[in-house]
Amino acid sequence: MGAILTVQSDAGRRRIEELLQQHEEHVLKRWLEIAATTPGGHTDRGDMTARLTEIYQALRQSFLGSGDTSDLRGLLAELSRSRARQGFAPTETANVVFGLKQAVFELIEGDGDTEGLKGFIWFSRTIDDLGLFTFESYATAREKIILDQAEQLLELSTPVVKLWEGIVAVPLIGTLDSARTQVVMEKLLQTLVETGSEHAVIDITGVPAVDTQVAQHLLKTVVAARLMGAECVISGIRPQIAHTIVTLGIEFGDIVTKASLADALAYTLRQSGVQVTKGRGTRVTVRTEEGD
Amino acid sequence: MTSPGEQLLPINSNGDVVLVRQQVRAVAIQAGLSLVDQTKVVTAASELARNALVYAGGGQVKIEVVRNGVRSGLRLTFSDDGPGIPDIEQALTDGWTTGGGLGLGLSGSRRLVDEFDLQSAPGEGTLVTVTKWSR
Repeated sequence: MGAILTVQSDAGRRRIEELLQQHEEHVLKRWLEIAATTPGGHTDRGDMTARLTEIYQALRQSFLGSGDTSDLRGLLAELSRSRARQGFAPTETANVVFGLKQAVFELIEGDGDTEGLKGFIWFSRTIDDLGLFTFESYATAREKIILDQAEQLLELSTPVVKLWEGIVAVPLIGTLDSARTQVVMEKLLQTLVETGSEHAVIDITGVPAVDTQVAQHLLKTVVAARLMGAECVISGIRPQIAHTIVTLGIEFGDIVTKASLADALAYTLRQSGVQVTKGRGTRVTVRTEEGD
Repeated sequence: MTSPGEQLLPINSNGDVVLVRQQVRAVAIQAGLSLVDQTKVVTAASELARNALVYAGGGQVKIEVVRNGVRSGLRLTFSDDGPGIPDIEQALTDGWTTGGGLGLGLSGSRRLVDEFDLQSAPGEGTLVTVTKWSR
């Protein structure tokens, strides 16, 4: 692109630089007005004014200096990022940048000299480049947001809850990949220590499919818990999952499995010596054997 | 998207394996498979997609709805350009693994589906075609 800028267009370029300098206040004002008409452009006028003024200065600096656009790109990336977080479409952000073309063109149109028009072609190309750059920054910012959310989901989806004194449960939901299992295992083992629990229930009701990898992760978690002296029960095995596990040929060995979380709770309560008896009416009496 | 009812998905990351699973489930529902059969074919797809990812570094899967008279079914074609399988019989043996897994992925997948075809040779990649019919 640089090769196209011949001596001939250099004069036009200088003209644009002059115009940008002489009519700074006017161009900036128009640019702001145009930016405000783009959807969402009117939000937070003060913030926008400050940003566009900064970008305008950086743009002029990049023309005057050695053509170093790193400052300018930094500011544009910042603008893109902040707007991506506010949920604006990338087109809206790019349109804000393209607005400067219109502001400058109006100036040249009124002026009516050919040098300015020649220069405008060069100027337009520069602004197009910058507009596309905001697009790129926007995509990068969005990807960052998605990555952050994925990480948050990882944390969110793996709570370890206490069901009873000495009994903790991990309700697993969604896909169990290596990263998720790692988090689950760490949390579970940590909670076993902190609460001094001897029973853990791993509930897979929310896991859509149990393949060999998921099974292997589960088995490893159970073995790790066992090494720490805790017994694990796997609950939430639905009929279709049971079918699949049998067909696949996965052996759960002597690991206790239950169809529902309620069954698993009843089992672990029995194991820890707690008797749950139904009293008259709807009252449920709980008696610990050691207590008497 | 090559033709209606047929789609091609890449397998290049763990995320892609998840997408393959979701897509296979959606198409299995569309083909009228029962809940048990859906789960079986989704699990087989998960195994085969992960094999392509782990052993061949990636590949692709073609998902299509097939018909045989009144019965409809789901056909999955997994292909990769990986190192291939030198001994297919051994690879299909329960408990045999070179990747530290349970060694049930390939052999288990064969049991989970109605038709299973595996073509592979060292250096020539692997092609696995499986079909599950509705009952």
